[in-house]
Amino acid sequence: MPPEMLLLAALDGLAYGSLIFLVAVGLSLIFGVLGVLNVAHGSFYAIGAYVAAAGVLALTGMGLPPWLAFPFFIVAAVLVGVIVGGLVETLLLRRIYGKEEVLQLLVTFAVFMILEDAQKVVFGVQPYFANAPMNWLGTIEVFGIFYTQYQLILIPTVALLVLVGLRLFLRRTAFGRAIVAVTQDRDAATAMGIDATRVYLITFIIGASLAALGGALSSATTSLTPGIGSGMIVLSFAVAATAGLGRIEGAAVAALLIGLGRSVAVYFAPEFDVLIPYLIMVAVLLIKPEGLFTTVQTRKV
Amino acid sequence: MSALILEARDLELRFGGVQAANGASLKVHANERIAIIGPNGAGKTTFINLCTGYLKPQAGRVFFGGSDITALSPRAITRLGVGRSFQIPQLFLENTVIENLLLALSARERTWSPFLRLDRHPKTEEMWALLDIVGLKDAGRRVVRELPEGMRKLIDIAVALALEPKLIFMDEPTSGVSSHEKFQVMDTLTRALDARATTAIFVEHDMDVVARYASRVAVWAGGRIAHEGTPDEILNHPEVRETVIGVGV
Amino acid sequence: MARQLIIGAGLLAALIIFPLLSPWSTVILTVALCEGLAALGILVLLRAGQVSFGHGLYFAFSAYVVAFMAAARFGHEVLILVPVATAASGLLAALVGLFVVRYRAIFFGMLNLAISMVFFSLLEKLFSITGGADGKRVPRPTLAGISLERAEFELWIFYITLGLAVLAALGVARYLLSPGGKALEAIKSNETRLEYLGVSSRKVLFGAYVLSGLLAGLGGAVIALVSGHVTPELAYWVRSGEFVFIAILGGVGGVVGPFLGALMFQIIRGYAAVYAPETWHAVLGVMLLVIIFFAPNGLYGLMTGRKPAGTGQ
Ligand SMILES: Nc1ncnc2c1ncn2[C@@H]1O[C@H](COP(=O)(O)OP(=O)(O)OP(=O)(O)O)[C@@H](O)[C@H]1O
Ligand SMILES: [Mg+2]
Repeated sequence: MPPEMLLLAALDGLAYGSLIFLVAVGLSLIFGVLGVLNVAHGSFYAIGAYVAAAGVLALTGMGLPPWLAFPFFIVAAVLVGVIVGGLVETLLLRRIYGKEEVLQLLVTFAVFMILEDAQKVVFGVQPYFANAPMNWLGTIEVFGIFYTQYQLILIPTVALLVLVGLRLFLRRTAFGRAIVAVTQDRDAATAMGIDATRVYLITFIIGASLAALGGALSSATTSLTPGIGSGMIVLSFAVAATAGLGRIEGAAVAALLIGLGRSVAVYFAPEFDVLIPYLIMVAVLLIKPEGLFTTVQTRKV
Repeated sequence: MSALILEARDLELRFGGVQAANGASLKVHANERIAIIGPNGAGKTTFINLCTGYLKPQAGRVFFGGSDITALSPRAITRLGVGRSFQIPQLFLENTVIENLLLALSARERTWSPFLRLDRHPKTEEMWALLDIVGLKDAGRRVVRELPEGMRKLIDIAVALALEPKLIFMDEPTSGVSSHEKFQVMDTLTRALDARATTAIFVEHDMDVVARYASRVAVWAGGRIAHEGTPDEILNHPEVRETVIGVGV
Repeated sequence: MARQLIIGAGLLAALIIFPLLSPWSTVILTVALCEGLAALGILVLLRAGQVSFGHGLYFAFSAYVVAFMAAARFGHEVLILVPVATAASGLLAALVGLFVVRYRAIFFGMLNLAISMVFFSLLEKLFSITGGADGKRVPRPTLAGISLERAEFELWIFYITLGLAVLAALGVARYLLSPGGKALEAIKSNETRLEYLGVSSRKVLFGAYVLSGLLAGLGGAVIALVSGHVTPELAYWVRSGEFVFIAILGGVGGVVGPFLGALMFQIIRGYAAVYAPETWHAVLGVMLLVIIFFAPNGLYGLMTGRKPAGTGQ
């Protein structure tokens, strides 16, 4: 196989892995804290993408400079997280904490169905393509290959910042420590005066915003069509499960692994690119059912 | 002495900073009634979990009937004839008491035909008889979720007995029972065990119960046996009286 | 039990008579029966506390087996196609089951979803074999060696499916009352105790999983016959979600539930096509939430007046 193609695959994998990391880490964080697998997580990604694309199209339509898109991405992600995520948590999830897992899955699945249609109503079904931010950043030459700075530098940098930022946030800030405390022992944390309800809400908003940020960043690289959310939920689940649900650093490794695996497949066996993430996940789960990075075991009897 | 049926040899298990089993060893002979006593957190439940395959020791071995069962699953160990009841009863809460027993019966008899109805199991009477022995016949058709903890503990033991184990571990069988009923419960249990020639190991906090029903006592402390002997020896042992029983000499 | 029989018999009588009164309803009712069969498979899994968001896989697999066999003119006969395709789904379920029965709850649900999405993508991408997104046509086969006109064929298929659905429902009801069925429910209520009875919960769940695959497969095979066309959409998560929806809507308290749910689902679909064509899945989502929060035993529960069971642990 030609070396340029391998290099291209590696660069694609890095960009792609960084994107799915953003989504998967949100999913994993929410699971770790709330104990709920949010099936609607892919919808936050999709809504983030649509809001960002619509915003960028509006910006450029008004003749404003394309770099404004970058701050807008962040605003869009936070807005989606707070409004959509906040509503979902307060109106629905709050009622099902501690219930059967199947019930929780069904509720978030219902939210997923609702949000998928809501997107179609708000944004229509025609494809959106808003690549102005990517063009604006231009390309860069690596080993004789031209690659967009947006995908090679911006997206991985954002992913890295999120990873480091989340780590610091959870370990160094009072609120981050409260989140960790609630994760470990909700009752004890509540007894210490931590407001678990608020911790759940804010964690959910952070997780949803991260997914929306992933969506916003991806909006410049592909055209958006209905259904991108459903693909993303399974993919980010594959990443989170490969790492071990609730593992944040692990999600970064798993996302890279799966991103690289997939982009290699895109070049060398394009019919099977969708298969690769799941094959990796299945292989990992067969060997280590709790995921690569999980060590703890809980006792029931 | 009668035949050795179970032997735990130098079991070790650490949970983070806690050494829950620290060289735990015990030999059990047929028809013994061994009481395990010891303070909270001494590792009594952990020992049962290790012997029945729920936990795997980091070192040490468990033998049952001469063969090494250390690596076996709870399921495989159960099938070899080791039963257990739990500190917190593990039952099918949405089912009736008799259904809980009938499911155990089906497991024992391997009667899995899809054309058989569980409530028409040919050996249903046997389970009613077992319920009668433990004094729960009247509650047979009640749903377990509605029953009090003390009854659930007995049902939990009855389910284990329904499997006709050669050896049974009982984790605090009388903990949900009021103190004046403890002897009565232990009397019925002992009768059921004697009738089946079942060897028993039970964790117990009530020293009157230990004195009356144990043939041998093992004092657990820090994940292993600190003292071992007849109830008489142990209950009059000054150190045990102070640390475990909590009465100064 | 008596109520279950009365409701079941009432439903059956209505279904027997209806197509005779209004021939236009035959196909819709057949589709409802097929989806009811798949939802019955979901019900079996729900009894073990597990939910699959991927049973569209077995529905679609069986439908494509019918399409391929029909295209190859191999055994182009209902009495061959349906059993072969159903068995093929059962085999696939056995294969996938070996893997997924190791997992519970979230993992079980999501792995099923992932596997069905892979199959969906393959159906779309392997254009030369599967016809891609356009799918494949299924020419009308013979029935017991006789070539029938369309209306006659549809009517016959309906009654055959109805007969099969009744058999399936009775069989599942029987199984759920058997020791194996109770062991299946034990996975939901206390898997630890089940293992300590010496029972392999994986084996129990495996059996139920294969059964659910067979039921979905039976539904898929018939769908291929009556619609005369198969597309990847049969394997899409939306389909799988609809089966779960139908099971929950109908209620998992009895085997009649999924069929009640499937009929209701067709009625909702009919109305939605008129009043909310773009947002019909949102309608389903909202209804799902309403059922979960306000009528957790579904339609069947409402009809039998069962008290909501405790959902806490
Ligand atoms: N899964 C686990 N993870 C971490 N620590 C554990 C676990 N299981 C047991 N421990 C610890 O191991 C020690 C022994 O616990 P164990 O339950 O065996 O004690 P016990 O003697 O049965 O006490 P009790 O009389 O309260 O039932 C305790 O300190 C307990 O906290
Ligand atoms: Mg204990």
